[in-house]
Amino acid sequence: MKIIIVGCGRVGAVLAEGLDAAGHEVIVVDLSTRAFDRLSGEFKGQAVRGDGTDEDTLRRAGAVGADVFLALTEGDNRNVMAAQVAVENLEIEKVVAKINDPVRAAAYAELGITTVCRTTMLSDSILAFLKHEPSGIPSVIAAVAPHHEHAASASAEGKA
Amino acid sequence: MFVLVVGGGKVGYYLTKELVQSGHEVVLMEKDRNRASQIADEVGSIVVPHDGCEGKYLGEAGANRADIVAAVTGDDEDNLVICQMAKHHFDVPRTIARVNNPKNEELFRHLGVDELISPTRMVLGSIEQDIPVHELLHLGAIDSELQIIEAHLQAGSPAIGRSPSELAIPDGCSLFAVVRDGVATALRPDSLLAAGDKVIAIGGAECEAGLRDQLIGAAAEE
Repeated sequence: MKIIIVGCGRVGAVLAEGLDAAGHEVIVVDLSTRAFDRLSGEFKGQAVRGDGTDEDTLRRAGAVGADVFLALTEGDNRNVMAAQVAVENLEIEKVVAKINDPVRAAAYAELGITTVCRTTMLSDSILAFLKHEPSGIPSVIAAVAPHHEHAASASAEGKA
Repeated sequence: MFVLVVGGGKVGYYLTKELVQSGHEVVLMEKDRNRASQIADEVGSIVVPHDGCEGKYLGEAGANRADIVAAVTGDDEDNLVICQMAKHHFDVPRTIARVNNPKNEELFRHLGVDELISPTRMVLGSIEQDIPVHELLHLGAIDSELQIIEAHLQAGSPAIGRSPSELAIPDGCSLFAVVRDGVATALRPDSLLAAGDKVIAIGGAECEAGLRDQLIGAAAEE
């Protein structure tokens, strides 16, 4: 699979290396070249410096025709915008955005973006460790209403 | 009307003041506490010192009963998210976003923001107005309708070797002077025009296409 990762922070770098090692074509985009220091010498994918919310930058980086798009920068809104560019303008089918505000995460799932929320994920892990009731809010929320028609076929997991 | 303004920079600040003065109900959200209290000192307790991108605070500020949400922060992605949250989560009827990068305009419109304000586009528009397009230059305005226009005749202009009486000058427009070698003379119906002449005309905006046709011609289009 061709996988675009926007944001080479801790999560972005770990995923980039893991997916690269698993044999996927990985392209990481970050505004800062220093962020790429997180990648080890083993990483065989591409590291592209640029703004991951900018359609032209993403096209130049080779995002057209990607199977998966992961928006994992530190900014919820940057992730939201990058993810929507990926769905709407680049027509990538499997798009995930990291959104740490639970309200925003749920709202964007309804707009067709699969969201991962670190806030609920961490607090639920800690609650579980303390043997308390978890929040009940899912930390990964699959897209509810696909942004456009052929996003529906993304739910056919088979070919992934 | 209840207007929720998000972003207390220069735009948000003046917008809030103007809206309050014209009698609207306004709440301003500004996440920087110092900036928020500074504005509150002046406009009163209508400033919420929280991030308008957070669903929780947007709700607390009254987004669900707002008639208009205006997202005017300096960051495009924030303005997009504020408008989308307002529209889809709080059912706000009208959303306005400030867009700094003109490239984002299409995306924002496509993603459901009702109105876009682009300072970059506005400044760009007025700069382009001042650049002579095909050698027609606006020297000044006589009133709201009439302009003084200069046409610089280049080799290839259909007017060269001809006189004003031979040209089809549009109605409501008059050629009145010519500047040749730095000397201005009144233009008579039988004066012959030459390459390098600057022809001065008075006319309304609707004459411009005709003037360009007669004095600049197609040769200068490239």
